[in-house]
Amino acid sequence: MDIKATVLDILNDLTGSDVSGAMDENLFDSGIMDSMASVQLLLSLQSELGVNVPVSEFERSEWDTPNKIIAKVESLD
Amino acid sequence: MLTFEPYGNPTYFALLGVALLPLMIGLLYGKRSRLYETLISIFFLVLTFGGAKWTQGIALIIYILYEVGLTWGYAVYRKNHNSGPFFYLMVILAIAPLTIVKVTPAVENGQSSLIGFLGISYLTFRAVQTIMETRDGTLKNYNLMTFLQFMLFFPTISSGPIDRYRRFEADYRSVPDREKYLGMLQKGIRYLFVGFLYKFILAYYFGTILMPKLQLMAMHSRGGFLDLSWPLVGYMYAYSADLFFDFAGYSLFAVGTSYIMGIATPMNFKQPWRSPNIKDFWNRWHITLSFWFRDFIYMRLVFWFMKHKVFKKPTTTANVTYIINMLVMGFWHGVTWYYITYGLFHGVALMVNDVWLRYKKKHRQSVPHNHFTQIFAIFLTANLVCFSFLIFSGILDKIWFQ
Repeated sequence: MDIKATVLDILNDLTGSDVSGAMDENLFDSGIMDSMASVQLLLSLQSELGVNVPVSEFERSEWDTPNKIIAKVESLD
Repeated sequence: MLTFEPYGNPTYFALLGVALLPLMIGLLYGKRSRLYETLISIFFLVLTFGGAKWTQGIALIIYILYEVGLTWGYAVYRKNHNSGPFFYLMVILAIAPLTIVKVTPAVENGQSSLIGFLGISYLTFRAVQTIMETRDGTLKNYNLMTFLQFMLFFPTISSGPIDRYRRFEADYRSVPDREKYLGMLQKGIRYLFVGFLYKFILAYYFGTILMPKLQLMAMHSRGGFLDLSWPLVGYMYAYSADLFFDFAGYSLFAVGTSYIMGIATPMNFKQPWRSPNIKDFWNRWHITLSFWFRDFIYMRLVFWFMKHKVFKKPTTTANVTYIINMLVMGFWHGVTWYYITYGLFHGVALMVNDVWLRYKKKHRQSVPHNHFTQIFAIFLTANLVCFSFLIFSGILDKIWFQ
């Protein structure tokens, strides 16, 4: 499975909402994501894609939309 | 010799203006003189920690040497090793001086510790963060001189904002182009003037004129239910206004001065009184502190709890961590019942806030959302926050126990 689909799956599971229709929506501003969900995202990335992201790498402004998250994961893969 | 509280009086600002002028001209012509920056940093540090406060100055020097030793030592160690217990030991050692300073008054009858100095908390946050990012491997090229500049950056040394090593380093190592610098200069000067309004007019009015009167009235109106009274309610709002304008004013001075020096120190306040809920309030109030707690305590603890599957449900993990996070913040303010209660209050408020947000998400259709509910949410949040500041102010301690 490609990265984009996996990340979207993780996000859907995590937030209970389908974010694929709003790829540039700020997930923190809209209240869909919070710190808790961020950590869950990092753990899922680790277990499902084998991408290791330490907490201090999580600069919120670089991870705040579905598109940015996908780009970030692709750059770390 | 004279000592100055940072940004405390017109003379300080006059000296600041004179000292910054050559630096401004340099930056306008694309030059940054590290030597000159270091010299004025030392000059303002001597103004703050010299003279009658020389014991604080000595404490600062010893503290800095100690933290430099720890962070540098750990950076060297981390190149080839990565032991968990050693990392925890380093964090504990880095926090130890601050812990001693915070606990001493509680066990020594209000006596303050000899090793304390103005700004020790804010320097500890910077050092601990540096160690944690070194562990994670996100901070790879630790540089001793940059770390010293980062710790001793005089505009923010006494009370923040708490910058991050990597962000500071990027600014410090580069020179903004003229257009960008002119923008920073304009912003910086505006911040200083808004700061004057906040700190020397509004905070003065609420804190120096209004608060003592209301406190006296509240003390005289004791005897009712829990000794509560209308003057105490007035005190709650006056104290909250003073706390905001005083600290936001200081922060504007610190950020404004940084901007003039070509360093974009992060902002500390973002219209906190417009928050529709407590969670959002902490994204807008004392931002660099709450984000520090978020990134280096909350998220790390949640990560650890979830990785080791300590709690079954994610909501339990979040709730327990909220309480721990805010209790630590309470203890950090000082070991008194009212600071700790304040922390607990905010921990519980965040928990309740999350329950409500989950409920709202589930029942999107039945929960009304309009202009009126928005205003009501802002009103409720502001009042809850003011109530928490009433606890924080310590006046209840005076009213009930003195």
